[in-house]
Amino acid sequence: MKRVITGNYAAAYGAYLTRVDFVAAYPITPQTLIVEHISEFVNDGLLDAEYMRVESEHSAMSACVAASATGARTYTATASQGLALMHEVLFIPPVLHLPIVMPVVNRTVAAPIGIWCEQNDTMPQRDTGWLQVYCEDNQEVVDMVIQSCMIGEHKKVLLPSMVMLDAFILSHTVEPVDFPEIEEVDKFLPKYKPEHAYLDPKRPMVLGSFTPPEYIQEARYQTEESMNNARKVITDVTKEFGKTFGRDYGGLIEKYRCEDAEVILITTGTVTSTARLVVDQYRDKGKKVGLIKLRFFRPFPLQEIKELGEQVEAVGVYDRSMSFGTAGPTYIETRYALYGYSIPILNFLAGLGGRDVTIKDISFMFDRLLEAKKGKIKNEIVWIGTRGVEP
Amino acid sequence: MKIKDLSLEELFTSGHTACPGCGGAIVARIAMKVFGKNTCAYFPANCLLVFGGTYPYNAFKVPYLHVLFENSAVCAAGISRALKKLGRDAKTVAFAGDGGTADIGMQSLSGAAERNEDIIYICYDNEAYMNTGIQRSGSTPFGAWTTTTPVGKKIAGKEVFKKDVPRIMMAHDVPYVATASIGYPNDFLNKLEKARDMKGFRYLHVFAPCPTGWRYDPAKTVEIGKLAVECGMWTLYECENGVFRITKKPKLSPVTDYIKLQGRFRHMTEEQVDTLQGWVTEKWEKISGETKG
Ligand SMILES: Cc1ncc(C[n+]2csc(CCOP(=O)(O)OP(=O)(O)O)c2C)c(N)n1
Ligand code: SF4
Repeated sequence: MKRVITGNYAAAYGAYLTRVDFVAAYPITPQTLIVEHISEFVNDGLLDAEYMRVESEHSAMSACVAASATGARTYTATASQGLALMHEVLFIPPVLHLPIVMPVVNRTVAAPIGIWCEQNDTMPQRDTGWLQVYCEDNQEVVDMVIQSCMIGEHKKVLLPSMVMLDAFILSHTVEPVDFPEIEEVDKFLPKYKPEHAYLDPKRPMVLGSFTPPEYIQEARYQTEESMNNARKVITDVTKEFGKTFGRDYGGLIEKYRCEDAEVILITTGTVTSTARLVVDQYRDKGKKVGLIKLRFFRPFPLQEIKELGEQVEAVGVYDRSMSFGTAGPTYIETRYALYGYSIPILNFLAGLGGRDVTIKDISFMFDRLLEAKKGKIKNEIVWIGTRGVEP
Repeated sequence: MKIKDLSLEELFTSGHTACPGCGGAIVARIAMKVFGKNTCAYFPANCLLVFGGTYPYNAFKVPYLHVLFENSAVCAAGISRALKKLGRDAKTVAFAGDGGTADIGMQSLSGAAERNEDIIYICYDNEAYMNTGIQRSGSTPFGAWTTTTPVGKKIAGKEVFKKDVPRIMMAHDVPYVATASIGYPNDFLNKLEKARDMKGFRYLHVFAPCPTGWRYDPAKTVEIGKLAVECGMWTLYECENGVFRITKKPKLSPVTDYIKLQGRFRHMTEEQVDTLQGWVTEKWEKISGETKG
C-alpha cells in the first residue's frame, strides 16, 4: 500500500505494524507527531496497546523498561532534550536484555536551544549499549522499526534499538512510502515471547539486583557479545526482509558506486541522498569517487570499513555532531577501524544545528578528498561553512 | 485481620542484611505477608534494595525489578500495565524510601497518581537518605541531625520542617491514601488489606524508625514508632475514596518524650524544641479541624 506520509507517520505506523503491546511517550519537537499519531491509532482502536501518556521522558523510558521486563513488546520515541533526559535510564535495557524499539528524531541539543537537525543527541548515547541505525528516507524508517523488532528480539542479541530520522528533513517531509500489509508483517515477525528473564510470580526472579564487582564485568562482556552477535543477525534480517518485501538495505553499511573508487565519503542520514547525486556527477566527469552509507553506528561496521583500507586512497567522514576535544564521532570510529592503513582520512563537519548540507558542500568534500589522494591536506578536521573559520 | 492471623510463610525471609531493629525491614515483612505470592515488586535504590539481597542472594520470594532511584511509581505502573495487556493477573507494589518519594521521585509519583495507575506505592519513611549514609531528605524533621545537617557552631540540625507527602498525595484525589507506623501493626495491617483489595492508585506512608540513622538503641524501634504517634509527630489516618478519617487519636504528649530517646535530636536547644512542639500543635489543629476523628 503506497502512501505519501511524513517520517514521523512512518515511525508511528511501525508501532502499529509490529503490534506493540506497550507504548509510553512524551512529546517533543520534532517528534510530537509520532505521539499524536500513536494516540490516534490507539483511540481509533487500530493499535491495541497499553499507552501511557507519562509526565516526562525519564518516566517514558522507565515505564518501557518495566513493561519490557514484564514481557511486553515495547515502543517509545523521542528527540534531543528528551533523549538527554532519558540518558540515565538508557543504560538499563541493554543489560537486562530488553529489546525496546525507539525512533529518535535527530535534533540539536541546547545550548543554544534549537529544534533543527544535529546528531548531538544520539551520538553521546553511543556507549549505552543500544543498537543505532540512521535512516536515509521515510521508507527506511518504517522498514527499520519492523527490522529492529526482529533484530533486537533475536535470542542471540536481545538489545534495544534506536531508529534515527533527521529532524524536519524526514520527520516533517512527506514522501511516498510503501507500507507492507500488517498480515505480511505478522508472517515475517513472530510474536514476542521472552524466553528467560521476565517478571512472573509463577517463577520469581530478580531483575536488576544490587551486584558486587564479582559479577558486573561479566554483565558488561555479555552486552558486548550481544552487540557482536548483532552484526550477523542484522545482515541476515536485512536479507530476509529484502526477500519478503523487496527492499534489501545491504546490512550495516550500503555501498554506492564503490567498485573501483579511489576516494570514498562516509555519511549517515539524509545527507547520503545528496551525496549520491554528487557521486553521480563526479562519476560522469570520470572521477573515481564512491559513497558509503553508514547505516548502523552500533554495532559499528568495523570489518566493512577496514576492507576499504585495502582499496581506496583517501577516506572522508561526514559528521553532524562534534565530540569536543577530538573530532566527529563517526570520524573517530572510522580511524579506529582503519588503523594500520596509511591513507589520508579527513573529517567534514557541516550542517550542525540543522543548517542545510548542499551539493556544493559535498562537492567540496570530494574535491578535498581528491587533493588528499595526491598528498595535499590542508586540514584533517574540516569545518565547512563556519563563519570566521577556514575549512 | 490481626497480626496473629497473619500467614506464617515469610515472603521476605530471614538472611536479609538490614541492621538489627530496622523499621523498613518490618514494613517489608508485614506488607509481603499481606500481599502474598502473586505480586510483582519494584524497589528503587535504597536500604531495602541492598538489604533485600546482593547478587546472587535474594531475600524476597516474589519477583522484583530494580531500575533506578527516582522512578518507582512509573516503573510499578509499567509492570502493572504490561501485566494487564498480557492477560496475567498479579498485584504490583513499589517500596520506596522517603528520599525516593518526597524528593527525587516526586515527579514520577505525581504523574502515576494523576493517571490513577493500578499500583500500591509504599513509602517507608526513615526520615533521611539512609542508604547513602544519613543525609537529610525532604522528610527529615525540623532540628534533626543528619550528615548534611550537622551540628555546627553556627547552625545545628535541619532548619526547615518535614514535607507532608501523604497530604500531597491526597490532593491527587486517588482512591486510597493512608499513613501507618510499625508501632501500630494492627492499624498497619488493616490499611494494607484495604489497599490490597482496592483498584487504582493506592498510597501508604509508613513511619519506619531507623536505629542507625536516628541514633537509638535498636531494641526501641517499636517503642519509638508508638511514641511518634502519641506525641503527634506522626499521625495515623486514611483517606478512602475522599473520606478522611483519623485511625488513632494521639495523646499529644510532649515531643520531648519522643526526641529524648534519639541521638539525632540530642543537640536541640530549648528554643528549637519549642519550635518543633509548635509545629506539632499547629499540624494537629489543622488535621483535627478537617475531621470528626
Ligand atoms: C539519580 C540518583 N541520585 C543519587 C543516588 C544515590 N542514592 C542512592 S540511595 C539514596 C538515598 C535513598 O534514600 P531513601 O529513599 O530515603 O531510602 P533509604 O535508603 O533511607 O531507605 C541516594 C541518594 C542514586 N542512586 N541515583
Ligand atoms: S540504616 Fe536504617 S533503614 Fe537502613 S537498614 Fe539500617 S536500620 Fe534499616
